[in-house]
Amino acid sequence: MPATMTATGGSAGPPSGDGAVAGTGEVLLGVRNLSIHYPIAIGTVRAVTDLSLDVYRGEVLGVVGESGCGKSTLGLSILNLQKSPGRIVSGEILVNGHDILALGPEDIRAVRGPKIGMIFQNPLTSLDPLMSIKDHFIETMRAHDPKIRKGQIIARAEAMLEDLGIEKRRLSEYPFQLSGGMRQRIMIGLTLILDPELLLADEPTTALDVIVEAGFTELLAKLKRKYNLTVVLVSHNLGLVAEIADRIAVMYAGRIVELATALEIFQDPRHPYTRGLMDCVPNILLDRKELVAMPGSPPDLVNESPCCPFAPRCPKVFARCLAETPRLLADAAPAGAAPAAAASAPAASAAAPRAVACFLHERTN
Amino acid sequence: MATLVKAERLVKEFRVKSAILSPKKIVHAVDDVSFEIAEGEVLGLAGESGSGKSTTGRLLLRLIEPTSGRVEYRGTDVTAFGSEELRRLRQKIQIVFQDPVSSLSPRMSVGQAIGHPLEIHRLGAKESRKETVLSIMEKVGLSPAEYIYRKYPHQLSGGQSQRVVLARALVTRPDFVVADEPIAMADVSVRALILRLMQDLKAEFGLTYLFITHDLATAKYLCDRVAIMYLGRIVELASRDELFSKPHHPYAKALLAAVPIPDPRVRKPKNLPTGEIPSAIDPPGGCHFHPRCPHAMKVCSEGRPPLREVAPGHVSACYLD
Repeated sequence: MPATMTATGGSAGPPSGDGAVAGTGEVLLGVRNLSIHYPIAIGTVRAVTDLSLDVYRGEVLGVVGESGCGKSTLGLSILNLQKSPGRIVSGEILVNGHDILALGPEDIRAVRGPKIGMIFQNPLTSLDPLMSIKDHFIETMRAHDPKIRKGQIIARAEAMLEDLGIEKRRLSEYPFQLSGGMRQRIMIGLTLILDPELLLADEPTTALDVIVEAGFTELLAKLKRKYNLTVVLVSHNLGLVAEIADRIAVMYAGRIVELATALEIFQDPRHPYTRGLMDCVPNILLDRKELVAMPGSPPDLVNESPCCPFAPRCPKVFARCLAETPRLLADAAPAGAAPAAAASAPAASAAAPRAVACFLHERTN
Repeated sequence: MATLVKAERLVKEFRVKSAILSPKKIVHAVDDVSFEIAEGEVLGLAGESGSGKSTTGRLLLRLIEPTSGRVEYRGTDVTAFGSEELRRLRQKIQIVFQDPVSSLSPRMSVGQAIGHPLEIHRLGAKESRKETVLSIMEKVGLSPAEYIYRKYPHQLSGGQSQRVVLARALVTRPDFVVADEPIAMADVSVRALILRLMQDLKAEFGLTYLFITHDLATAKYLCDRVAIMYLGRIVELASRDELFSKPHHPYAKALLAAVPIPDPRVRKPKNLPTGEIPSAIDPPGGCHFHPRCPHAMKVCSEGRPPLREVAPGHVSACYLD
């Protein structure tokens, strides 16, 4: 695709090549000490607490956790779009080193779309029922380049549809004429037409059927290579994340409790919450795996407590967990304990050691 | 084992509103479906949205009336039952829906909701009903029961709501429960809890389940046999081990291949069928799956392939077999 829509601002690093290798070690998105609060009648919901995270250019980072753990709030805040009355009370969101929270309304428009694109859970509510697919493309591109000619837009939209595996004639159709899977592919097309560097996908397949979901996942992997994308995938579906993510951030109670490569998370989870999640997921390849249910539910985030937020549900809780909150630190376990780097472990993992927020893994510090 | 529930050539067609003078449109939701469920068995009914699996479940309970075909419960044809007989039948067959929140009246406390079936079926003395409710609440893990008894649905977590729905279904001591995607809307941790609970309750109450799901990984966990539906028809039915190790029908294979594997070491191309499940208003002729099938032959568009036995107890509806 011709990159006519040049990315605005930022001292972008060198191009990431053909994208064959996931992760270049260059930080594209940096989240620094982010806290997001929702003031409500009975107090303050601390949706995200002092969260820091680096996303490397070229990688797919999965963000997982139960509902109410702050995954979606985190995703939206990357574009400073958190829902009212939510407010970023502290922290920075750095895109290529620039804090987007410091940008005015005009400047942030140059980030939303051309730099960072986002796709949401329900494609039907994201498309206007009264607008044809073509008009969606025209509106999107004109919003960022009012002078672009219609013919140029159509040509680019047609090329995009080909990448998405959708016939050109669909451009003149309306959302109700498309199947659920096609709508979601149109959504990703509307995002990619602006040539973003980073794609945020918030539960992109939750509304889709199994086979369509699997097809979408394969498409996303293909587009990621073709468009040199960096992807942040927010999902509660651990199977989906296992299929596509290079690294995984596990969130609990508004914090990252574990951050490691996908292989490490699934093969050798360190945080008791991560282990609990893994034990809950049935695996069709195993012959009737014993499911171990995790009792309790995530905390309500209104009442501040000094203890580890997972302590009430943790099978390995001990005295210190009830007195302090563990911080996310590089795992102190000996390096040999991690599974050998496999083909799917990307270069990014070399730049980022795995990290755990649990006192069980802090002993040598 | 004795057959508990039997569906015989069930058909359900829905009329759809169409413009004046234009031909009437009919949705073929369930199209000649037959199966038996043995006492104590868990039969899984799997397929994508629009495959007719939920409609089939509702037909078994006569929540909707079949266009043709019949349902037998313990050898008796229930399709002809009058309202009084049907009410008595429904003590014995129950259903659990996907969304526990919309299954519960926001104005009824937990105790009232679970006790309601006892009133409807006039079971037990009024004074003893609370005892019955509290005891079933303990069985489904709603404790402390006395405390939760007075709560209202908005005060419950998702997992608790689904437990209340289960308790309400079990309070009349049924022996057959249709579970229609009972965990589809729940969080991962709650899913595992509900699945385990369903297994425990099955053992404790000697239950038989029809487990409707779009997720084959959970079906593998819970079911003894699994039927795969596509556009209103069963395309394959086999024991759990047979189906997951030796699937025959191309659609069953596709559905199995599409299940995400929670293991990053197993990443491989899935050879998925193209397109999506077509409308049941005007389904493709012959085998409904042929437009998406990688092995489609001429005959596939001509006639409906019959369900044929490919191994003992394993049937598949494909001309390749």
